[in-house]
Amino acid sequence: MAETAGTTRAAGTGEAILEVRDLHKHYPLTRGILFKKQVGAVKAVDGVDFDLVAGETLGIVGESGCGKSTVAKMLVNLERPTSGTIRYKGEDITKLSPRALKAVRRNIQMVFQDPYTSLNPRMTVGDIIGEPYEIHPEVAPKGDRRRKVQDLLDVVGLNPEYINRYPHQFSGGQRQRIGIARGLALQPEVIVADEPVSALDVSVQAQVVNLLEQLQSEFSLSYVFIAHDLSIVRHISDRVGVMYLGRIVEIGTDAQIYDHPTHPYTQALLSAVPVPDPEARAHRERIILTGDVPSPANIPSGCRFRTRCWKARERCAQEVPLLAVPAVFRLTDSPARHDSACHFAEEKHVVAEEHRAVLEKRGEDGAGTPPEDGAPHLEEKPGTPPPGGSHFLRPEDDTPGTNPPPPGTP
Amino acid sequence: MLLEVRDLHVEFHTRDGVAKAVNGVDYSVDAGETLAVLGESGSGKSVTAQAVMGILDVPPGKITRGEILFQGQDLLKLKEDERRKVRGARMAMVFQDALSSLNPVLSVGDQLGEMFQVHRGMSRKDSRAKAVELMDRVRIPAAKERVGQYPHQFSGGMRQRIMIAMALALEPELIIADEPTTALDVTVQAQVMDLLAELRRELNMGLILITHDLGVVADVADKIAVMYAGRIVEQAPVHEIYKAPAHPYTKGLLESIPRLDQKGQDLYAIKGLPPNLLHIPPGCAFNPRCPMAQDVCRTDEPPLYEVTESPVPRASACHFWKECLHG
Repeated sequence: MAETAGTTRAAGTGEAILEVRDLHKHYPLTRGILFKKQVGAVKAVDGVDFDLVAGETLGIVGESGCGKSTVAKMLVNLERPTSGTIRYKGEDITKLSPRALKAVRRNIQMVFQDPYTSLNPRMTVGDIIGEPYEIHPEVAPKGDRRRKVQDLLDVVGLNPEYINRYPHQFSGGQRQRIGIARGLALQPEVIVADEPVSALDVSVQAQVVNLLEQLQSEFSLSYVFIAHDLSIVRHISDRVGVMYLGRIVEIGTDAQIYDHPTHPYTQALLSAVPVPDPEARAHRERIILTGDVPSPANIPSGCRFRTRCWKARERCAQEVPLLAVPAVFRLTDSPARHDSACHFAEEKHVVAEEHRAVLEKRGEDGAGTPPEDGAPHLEEKPGTPPPGGSHFLRPEDDTPGTNPPPPGTP
Repeated sequence: MLLEVRDLHVEFHTRDGVAKAVNGVDYSVDAGETLAVLGESGSGKSVTAQAVMGILDVPPGKITRGEILFQGQDLLKLKEDERRKVRGARMAMVFQDALSSLNPVLSVGDQLGEMFQVHRGMSRKDSRAKAVELMDRVRIPAAKERVGQYPHQFSGGMRQRIMIAMALALEPELIIADEPTTALDVTVQAQVMDLLAELRRELNMGLILITHDLGVVADVADKIAVMYAGRIVEQAPVHEIYKAPAHPYTKGLLESIPRLDQKGQDLYAIKGLPPNLLHIPPGCAFNPRCPMAQDVCRTDEPPLYEVTESPVPRASACHFWKECLHG
């Protein structure tokens, strides 16, 4: 099945500490007050599979509303899945008794996005970080807690003397450190970090990313790192999954995803990331998607990306593409051989970020050849749409789908 | 020159003391030019823009010194009713958070049309037609049908387009966009930035783009002003600054971008935190975080030095800009 096809192989070493299979979360849409009738569902997560290998960092990227945060919440059991399984060391945590669940929860902790709202303003830092010990007293006996909290503060780079201060006395970056210390308190094995640096200033983001990496090697943690900042995800992740409208559309090692994306959504996403290099402006090709993400209450038939995809054909509307290694790459050795949920998967160079610089240094192939960029890797492939201008949709192009009309009058 | 800000100082009087938000900012934009103002939260980039637009909250804010010359005319010397004629008609602003900047109980057509009713004295009917035209211009599909809808019925990207339409309504000469894409997803961000750049070209407007995103800046700006603790610490054409920053803060920001060859290593991180505006460090405000700081940095505030080695005009507020440029 698709599940074992690529996910486990790509990881290589070690055993899966978390195995997620066919995970769904549907929020019912109801009508009526007394007699509630379900009229539909918001399919926030609609069939997600992945493995998390011990010690690795799995990055999950996607735009708002793609369900990445809902996945995070289900991993730590803040939301109950509608269906599907989450196995922690072989045990399905979605079906555990409350008592057994409590024990598992100790090992899977979360770091939240917003350090301003995820810390209780009326509690001191010591109480916030020490609160997990109230629930799991076996980790730290009462008399020992204060020292443990101070140790944790030290570990995350805060002054242990700050133990009696309140969250408002800290800056955003420091607050995020407090949130991380709280996540570490119970010595978990897995940390699910949902946009842990998005709310921070640029100059502080790097500090927190470094801290997370350092803690990972120190305490041999496994991370699920959810973010929309693609360059930070690449930096920290061993493997990356790209989500769109409740599903993972492509998953692989960081190099496979960033340098050899085969799903058109990944390609568009990577090409849209602004490159911090003005020299790249001239010879950079961007795939600008038209329209917005469809509502998760009304997911398109077949491939869910087809309404914004420049390659969409009839087959895409009828057949749901599975997340598996596309047939064209199955027998190759190329890095494009990784799971991608597209009927017409193909490689396209959307040289992103600093990779461009590396390419340019390496030789002529990357620089100054924008129009035919993707060509060298497109060997003969049955069912590939005709090459040419149609690959790059700009808003002006009059194409089917949710395309806006041409610009207005004078 | 379309807009010239000279030696602008803004303070906020708070319970805890005087917060010096802007401490002597100079910048200029020409017609058709894009100036990016880059800085972290609290660097004074938005306050400067608010002062230019004349929408600063006074009190607690106060412009204590400086000039804001708009086509040679000092806006700070204008009376409020004259200022009002400039605002909206000749310079307009695009705000970050479109949902909270739009009025939730008025349809977008009413809000767009209001510009024409107030500034141009148009009738309701004519202004409605103008609103549709504007929505077309920013490529909102089915503008005619959607003109009567309310902000919550639009997606984030569409709302930001409406904000842009509103700013464009009276064809201003200058647009100030304050983090216009920060709340948007990357694919939508690309659409919105493209739209802004294109309209700027088409209408030959000056654009001040306020942002903290080094990527967005590199994509669209002609020149960059980097702000820190209420001052411009470096100002240069976009290509120069990315090639060789002449201020350690800019350098630190650029180095903290994750790079491919650094995978598995620590990212470069600027140590410490941005200063509290109530207690800006003496000397160079960046000195406590600066890897190059010397004694002189702790005592003498650096002026904005002209970077004489550069073929194009650029400036850096660092005593050791030479070392920084070559180091």
